[in-house]
Amino acid sequence: MENNSPTALMGDRMMSEKDNSREKKIKVLLVDDEIGFADILTKRLGKRGMTVTPVYTGTEAVQTIRKNDFDVAVLDLKMEDMDGIEVLKIFKKAYPEMEVIMLTGHGSEKAAKEGIEYGAFDYLTKPCELEDLIKKIHQAARKGG
Amino acid sequence: MDQDKGTHNGYYYSLTRNMLLVIILVAIMPMIVVSSIILYQFDISYHEKVHAHLEELVLKHKHNIDGFLKQKLGDIRLLGKTFSYEELRDESFLRDRLELLQEIYGPVFVDLGVVNDRGIQVAYAGPFKLGKALYSNAKWFQMAMKSDHVKSDVFLGLRGIPHFIIAVRENYNGQPWILRATVDFVAFNNLVENIRIGETGFAFILNRRGEFQTKPLFDLIANKEPYTDFLKDSEKFQDGVRIIERDDDAGNKVIYVAALLKHGDWLLVYQQKASDAFSDLRRTLRVTIAIMLLAGICIVVIAFILSKRMVNRVASADQEKEMMNEQIVETGKLASVGELASGIAHEINNPVAIMVEEAGWIEDLLEEEEFRGGENLDEFKRALEQIRTQGRRCKEITHKLLSFARKTDSRIQDVQLNDLIEELIALSAQRAKFANVDINVNLQENPPILHVSQTELQQILLNLINNALDAMEKTGGTLNVSSELEGDYIVVEVEDDGPGIPEANIVRIFDPFFTTKPVGKGTGLGLSICYGIIKKMGGDIIVKSTMEVGTTFRVKIPISKDEQTEA
Repeated sequence: MENNSPTALMGDRMMSEKDNSREKKIKVLLVDDEIGFADILTKRLGKRGMTVTPVYTGTEAVQTIRKNDFDVAVLDLKMEDMDGIEVLKIFKKAYPEMEVIMLTGHGSEKAAKEGIEYGAFDYLTKPCELEDLIKKIHQAARKGG
Repeated sequence: MDQDKGTHNGYYYSLTRNMLLVIILVAIMPMIVVSSIILYQFDISYHEKVHAHLEELVLKHKHNIDGFLKQKLGDIRLLGKTFSYEELRDESFLRDRLELLQEIYGPVFVDLGVVNDRGIQVAYAGPFKLGKALYSNAKWFQMAMKSDHVKSDVFLGLRGIPHFIIAVRENYNGQPWILRATVDFVAFNNLVENIRIGETGFAFILNRRGEFQTKPLFDLIANKEPYTDFLKDSEKFQDGVRIIERDDDAGNKVIYVAALLKHGDWLLVYQQKASDAFSDLRRTLRVTIAIMLLAGICIVVIAFILSKRMVNRVASADQEKEMMNEQIVETGKLASVGELASGIAHEINNPVAIMVEEAGWIEDLLEEEEFRGGENLDEFKRALEQIRTQGRRCKEITHKLLSFARKTDSRIQDVQLNDLIEELIALSAQRAKFANVDINVNLQENPPILHVSQTELQQILLNLINNALDAMEKTGGTLNVSSELEGDYIVVEVEDDGPGIPEANIVRIFDPFFTTKPVGKGTGLGLSICYGIIKKMGGDIIVKSTMEVGTTFRVKIPISKDEQTEA
């Protein structure tokens, strides 16, 4: 069971904020074709001291990554226009130092494991707890940074 | 269902019967036809052979008898020509001649006599005291006066003993005289009596009036029809032999073979019962029929066994096919439902995720200064927490749906069954205590290591244990979990003494979305998933339930690696 008692949540959050104040803001590229999800996640992660750029298609993601220097990418594997794994391959080829966290549907772990073989940092199953995602992003940023 | 079984049995019964008939027909018909043809040919050729043999026999004897008579006549003629009437009148001379003849031929000639033209015997040599007998009325005498020699029919004559006469006429000084000899009947009779074949074959001689000229071996009663028929047709086989088959008075078939003797005066008849003449044929026929019957019985027995065996094989193949069909339908049903479910789950996941995150966003915002100390802040927080909880519930449902379609972790591992069960029992102990349920565990000692997916096996057993606890939640009771080695399988039994499952529900219990739990309590997927998993492992799951007694689930897990299909 996930740790979801309110106090634990608060503690976790305060700690992450503390981390942020010390270090420079983590730049996150969020790739998800579910616009509503990408937007709210952008807001919530932004509130926790990250610079989040949401994009809604694989193509857009590939274009955006050339202009900015991201620390971590959060990539949905299931998108309308491009296969997430393809996007991942391009990411890792062009910017091997940028870590990629994949989001998969429940039961699509196979694809996620394939992604790890291609150099992704880790994966989370959707819908995931925000705290898990934040933890993963920090771990990835530390590794990549 | 019984009706169904009945029509099935009827179908297999008629299949057996048809197969039996076809095999018997195909095997026996050629045998009968070939045997019949061979037997028929054999019968014909055997008849021909027997007839030819009898004809030859009779013809030979005809020549013998004719030769015998001709020779004896020749002897007497030679006597008559060689010596004069004067010489032969002398009885002592005549006796010398008789003795000479008897010396040469044996006792064929009984006596000799010289008869003058008035029929008076003037000289006699022989064993009888016939002296000056008068033969003027004797038939042979009258015939001898007309032709120059005569062979008489057999008659009793003056002496009262059957005999026949050979007589020759000669002239002495213009007066005819006759030299006659009596031929011994016994010697002549032997010629004919010796013709004997089998048990019923014998020969005899008849004259033109149908009187016996020899003594038949068997008493021949009244019916002389066949013989007189022969006599009527006599011109047609002047020199040859005639053969007929006819039923006698007793209804037995008799073969008659006839030849004419003495220029048509006498008829040599040989007769034999057909059954006797053809006894070899009969024997062959009997042996053949016996062999055919035996072969027929063998064929019937083999056909019976063969068709029975074949139909059994067909029946088991049918059964297998039926089971396969059922399984295919079941699998297809599960697959299509799974497809649908995973589609829905994916679709629902995103909006739920957004809702939960939006709620989280509100929570984030509530942390801001402006809301601190707000009147309804606690109520907001409670509502948001509720959204979170319900969102998580949605997630669990969709996860279950997706598990149904795709297995979470189907990696094959070495699994220690007892450890796994103990773990699950420990997990459920708290719940069991709460529901007032005693748990009894009775495990097979040192069970073999299983090669299955641990997660999947856990999922199955946990599902069954949870269901059992659900069933006994209200009343309390006992949960028995046991494992036992049965051949190539380990069987785990999960037994509760809850209220049982009605029969109507039992048949649908593994169907997806079938549930008896109240809305919101169960998805109806648990057992369906269990069913899918265990079938994939190559095992089986069976449910037995009696109302008011309880329910037992038996899970058969294959032991050997080969048994299971790769995930």
